[in-house]
Amino acid sequence: MARKRTISLQRKKAIYGVLFVTPWLLGFLLLMLIPFIQSLLFSFNKLTLNAEGYSLEFVGLQNYRHIFFVDAWYVRTLNDAVAVMVLDVPLITFFSLFTATLLAQKFRGRMLARAIIFLPVVLASGVIAKLDSGNFLAQMIGSASADVEGNYSGLRSIELRPLLLQAGLSMEIVSYLTGAVDRIYQIISSSGVQILIFLAGLQSISPSLYEAAKIEGATGYESFWKITFPMISPLILTNVVYSIIDSFYDNSLTQMIQDSAFGRLDFGVSAAMSWIYFLVISLILTISTYVISKRVFYYD
Amino acid sequence: MDSSKRSGKRLPAAAASAAATAARWNDRHNPIEKAKHWLWVIVRTVLVTGICFVILYPILTKLSIALRDKQDMFDATVVWLPRHLTLENIQTVMDYLRYPEAVTNTLLLSIGTSLLQLVSCALAGYGFARLRFRGSGLLFGIVIFTIVVPPQTIMVPTYLHYRFFDVFGLYGLFTGSKGVNLLESFWPFFISSGLAMGLKNGLYIFIFRQFFRSLPKDLEEAAYVDGAGIPGTFVRVMLPNAAPGIATVLLFSFIWQWNDSYFVNLFAPNYTLLARMLDLLPGAVRPEYVGGISHTSLYLNTGILLGIMPIFILYLFAQKYFVESVERTGLVG
Repeated sequence: MARKRTISLQRKKAIYGVLFVTPWLLGFLLLMLIPFIQSLLFSFNKLTLNAEGYSLEFVGLQNYRHIFFVDAWYVRTLNDAVAVMVLDVPLITFFSLFTATLLAQKFRGRMLARAIIFLPVVLASGVIAKLDSGNFLAQMIGSASADVEGNYSGLRSIELRPLLLQAGLSMEIVSYLTGAVDRIYQIISSSGVQILIFLAGLQSISPSLYEAAKIEGATGYESFWKITFPMISPLILTNVVYSIIDSFYDNSLTQMIQDSAFGRLDFGVSAAMSWIYFLVISLILTISTYVISKRVFYYD
Repeated sequence: MDSSKRSGKRLPAAAASAAATAARWNDRHNPIEKAKHWLWVIVRTVLVTGICFVILYPILTKLSIALRDKQDMFDATVVWLPRHLTLENIQTVMDYLRYPEAVTNTLLLSIGTSLLQLVSCALAGYGFARLRFRGSGLLFGIVIFTIVVPPQTIMVPTYLHYRFFDVFGLYGLFTGSKGVNLLESFWPFFISSGLAMGLKNGLYIFIFRQFFRSLPKDLEEAAYVDGAGIPGTFVRVMLPNAAPGIATVLLFSFIWQWNDSYFVNLFAPNYTLLARMLDLLPGAVRPEYVGGISHTSLYLNTGILLGIMPIFILYLFAQKYFVESVERTGLVG
């Protein structure tokens, strides 16, 4: 008893710290680290299920050779997934910053607008998006209302395209922009969490900075670029990383990995696919974090 | 008065006083500033309304489709408001989805996992925020790493792990068989949530850590001085102050579990859960079974509406808390 009393608070805190973290640590070891290593192991083996569980047969690099040189779809799907990410992440970041600056202002009906804009965070779901892709009746409604209301046609950018082309923009930029307008629903629905993060950041900027700038004669435009943007730049990094991870969470490639494991029972090939996928994601994350964090401004 | 007359363009007195009035009027009413302000208000209103419309549009179309009778589908004059209101579609799709059972199961699963995740992530978050020990910085780095690893990378071993579930080989030692099959039950979800390895749990630990770090240290010290131990301080002092953080994590984990179809298909592919039943719906209402592609679309739209309905109702009640709590959680920084 006497010895126990001599334990300093610092030490006691450390012991409790270990205790508090233990559930997570157990989970990490059992459900993350071991499967992680096993998955690497499986990717070099041929795995067969049998009555006794499963057995492994070492095949070397054959699984990797299979996905790169035999499978006709893997590389193409991976390219697609990366291309979609590269196209979408800037749009999502820009859109969510823009919407957050709008929503941070005070106006009537702000609560209602916020409630509606965060609706996609709640309702976004892979299954629903899949069911929605062949939505025949909704398209019919779209075309019907086009006849009634003139040139409105189910959220398309038909007029924008010739306008931009005649203004002398290059074809690539025009198709990027009009593509963004056509996919506005997907972009809005995948930027909910990012808007929340930006909004929280905008509201944590001290108003005295803006007051000082206003007294010095800065316009709203200047104070956005000189105050808001630098103060929020760490969150741009957070949001870019979040958007990248989110875009890789569920796409045609993850579907492919899942199919090759549970559809064709090619567990080894599936593990090899997911490892390449993981390496590609880590590479993209490292590069983008490095590039952005050089430009980020930290207030303290 | 004199000097201005001589130096300027020799304005008559009447014109000078008119100019002064105009300047005074300009000062008081400031039309340019006002025009700028109102122009911005108009632009902002248009933008916000536009964004809201884009979000609400698909939900409204679905509502309109779900409530219309079959004969309205081929009536060109029916665009938004159905002429023959009916609940028949909803009834039919509810049967296909086994709706009451699916909703109850999904609700149980979501509540169970979100509570378990709350406990394990709050503990870990507090441990990382305030109870520093050697190597805790490194371990927190690993937490961030777990966010980055896509679940597909560890999919196959995780599946096998729950297919032949066994803690340190103890079960196999006593019974001789190769572990318990935990698939087709809620156990895989509950175990991974209880050990803070469920859906996006790294993010929740991160949120809790940021939140606990933003609480003042005096709170804890006061509790220690009053003789509370570390667990007592955590439960009685820190947790009540972390209500916004708890609300955020609870709502996010509930909603993401509800919407998840990946883990459901992996761990419980034959269980009656809402995500899985929705996945099966296109097969059940194929055009050749229900009489044409527009009937299929009718049922699919109704199905989607039914799928989002429970969470939509929850959101109607919780949205104020949801939006406000995230702003105060210290998700930032």
